[in-house]
Amino acid sequence: MKSVELIKQDFPILGRTFNGHGMVYLDNAATTQKPLAVIEAISDYYENYNSNVHRGVYRLSEESTDRYEKSRENIASFVSSETAGLVFVRNATEALNLLAYSLGHRLKRGDIILLSEMEHHSNIVPWQFLMEKGVKLDYVKMTSDYTLDRDDYANKLKKKPKIVSITQASNVLGTINPVKEMATEAHEAGSTFIVDGAQSVPHMPVDFHAIGCDFLVFSGHKMLGPMGIGCLAGNLESLESMDPFLGGGDMIREVQYERATWNDVPYKFEAGTPNVAGAIGLSAAANYLRDLGMEEVRGHEKTLMKKTLDLSRDVEDLVSFGPPDPEMRGGVFSFNIGNLPFFKLNDKLEENDVVISGTVHPHDLAASLDSFGIMIRSGHHCAMPLMGRLDVAATSRASYYVYNSLEDVKNLFAHLNEARKVFAR
Amino acid sequence: MSQEDINAEVILDHYRNPHNHGRLANPTFSITEYNPVCGDTVHMEILASNGEISDIRFVGTGCSISQGSASFLTDLVKGKSIPGVMELTPGVYLRELGLNLGPAREKCALLSLNAVRKAISGNSQK
Repeated sequence: MKSVELIKQDFPILGRTFNGHGMVYLDNAATTQKPLAVIEAISDYYENYNSNVHRGVYRLSEESTDRYEKSRENIASFVSSETAGLVFVRNATEALNLLAYSLGHRLKRGDIILLSEMEHHSNIVPWQFLMEKGVKLDYVKMTSDYTLDRDDYANKLKKKPKIVSITQASNVLGTINPVKEMATEAHEAGSTFIVDGAQSVPHMPVDFHAIGCDFLVFSGHKMLGPMGIGCLAGNLESLESMDPFLGGGDMIREVQYERATWNDVPYKFEAGTPNVAGAIGLSAAANYLRDLGMEEVRGHEKTLMKKTLDLSRDVEDLVSFGPPDPEMRGGVFSFNIGNLPFFKLNDKLEENDVVISGTVHPHDLAASLDSFGIMIRSGHHCAMPLMGRLDVAATSRASYYVYNSLEDVKNLFAHLNEARKVFAR
Repeated sequence: MSQEDINAEVILDHYRNPHNHGRLANPTFSITEYNPVCGDTVHMEILASNGEISDIRFVGTGCSISQGSASFLTDLVKGKSIPGVMELTPGVYLRELGLNLGPAREKCALLSLNAVRKAISGNSQK
C-alpha cells in the first residue's frame, strides 16, 4: 500500500486545521472522507453526462446510462457478486429495510428471524416491523470475549429461523464474525442468510460468492464514496422471487390503471430516478480501494489496532470493549475512562455524595479531543441494545481508515490525559 | 481568560462539587429525565410551598455539562416562584449559563431545565 502520507494528500479535507491543529479524523465507522478522485468523478458526471438513465434515446442519455451500468458492474466485481444481482439503494439501512419488507411478505405468524446481540439499529428495527404480524425475533448471544457464541448460534438454528441476518464486523466492538461458516450452518437449517457488510466491505476483502450468503448489504459513504448510495448484492434467484419494495418509474414493465408488472432484476428494486452520480462516485471509490489493495487496507488497520491496544494498556482506568486479538477485530476501538454504568435511580438515591471514581464521560472526552483537532465519536453508536448488554450508558469510539497513521493513534493517546485532568470525576 | 472560559470553569466546578446533590424527604414533585442519545440522566426532587420552590435536590449521571448544569440550575431556581421558573425558557437559561455550546451539547445543558419545567407544570408523577 502506498504511504499514509501520500494517501492523506489525496483527501482535500484532511488539509483543514482546527484551533491550529491538523485534522485527525477518527470517526470512520460513522462515515469516511472522500478522495479527490471520487469528488472529481461526481463533478465530471454533472459537468459532462447529466441526463436521466434508461429513458432517452438521445446520445447523452445513453452515455449517462452506460456510466451508471458500468459502475454497477465495477462495484459488483469489487465484492465478487453478479452485476445483475447488485441493486443500488441509498445505504445499508435501506437495503435491510428492502429485505425486511420484501422477504417479510412471505413470513407467517410464529416464524423466527435470528439476529445477534451486536447488531446496529438498522439490522434490528426493520425486522421489528414484522413483529406486528406475529414474527418473532431471536438474538445470538455474545461471549465474554465479545465474539458470537457459536454454540448458542447452533442451538438457535435448531428452531429453524426463516431468516438469519448478522453483521460481518461490529461498529462498536470491531468483532469480525465468521460469516462464511455461519452461512453454511444457516443454509443447513434452511434459513436465508444476510450479511450486514457496512463495516466490513470498506475495510477487508469481502467476496459475496466465497461467503455463500444470500444477500450482502453495504453503504458507499463508509468506503470513501458519496453519501446517499449503497448496495444490496443478492443471488439472482432470490431477488427474482421477491416482491418489489418501492413502486414507481423504472421498476415496472407495464402499467395499467389497475395493475402493473415488474421489470427485471435489479431494476425491479430501483424505483424512480436513481442516484447516478452517487453510483459513479462509489465506483471511483472502489477503484481507489482496489488500487490500494484490500488485503493491504486490512493489514494497515491491524497495525493501527495493535498500536492502539498496546498504548491502551498504559492508560489508567481505561476499559475497552472488543476482542483482544487484532486478528479478530476491525479498526474500531470503543472505550471508556472509568466505568460508566447505566443510571440506576435506586443506587443513586442511596448515595449522599458524588462518588469520585475518576470517570471521564465520553462527551467530555470527545469535546476535549476536539479542541486538539482529534475527532472521535461518543454515545451509543446506534447500538442501544448492545450498550445495555455491556452495561454502559455510552462509550467513546475511535475508528480507523486508510488515511490514519500511527502518529494519529499516538496523538489520540497523548491527549487522553488532558481530558482526564479536566473532566475526571 | 474570556468570560466564556470563566463560565466554563464555573460549570466544571459545579460538576466536580455539585450543589443540592442528593434527595429530599418529602418532595412535592419528582422527575427523571433521560437523553437516549448519550445516556445523560437527571433525577430532580422539588419541594414547593406557598407557590415557590423552597428546596430542590438532584442526582444523576452524565457529562460535565449535563451534571454541572443541573447543579447550577438548582441554585438558580431555589427560592423562585413557580411562575418565575416557568419564565426561565431554554433561551434565557442558556444565556444564564453563558457557554459556547453546539446543538448536541445544548441538549445536555437543557436536560435538567426541561425536567424541572415538566415537573412543576404537572407532567410528572410524584
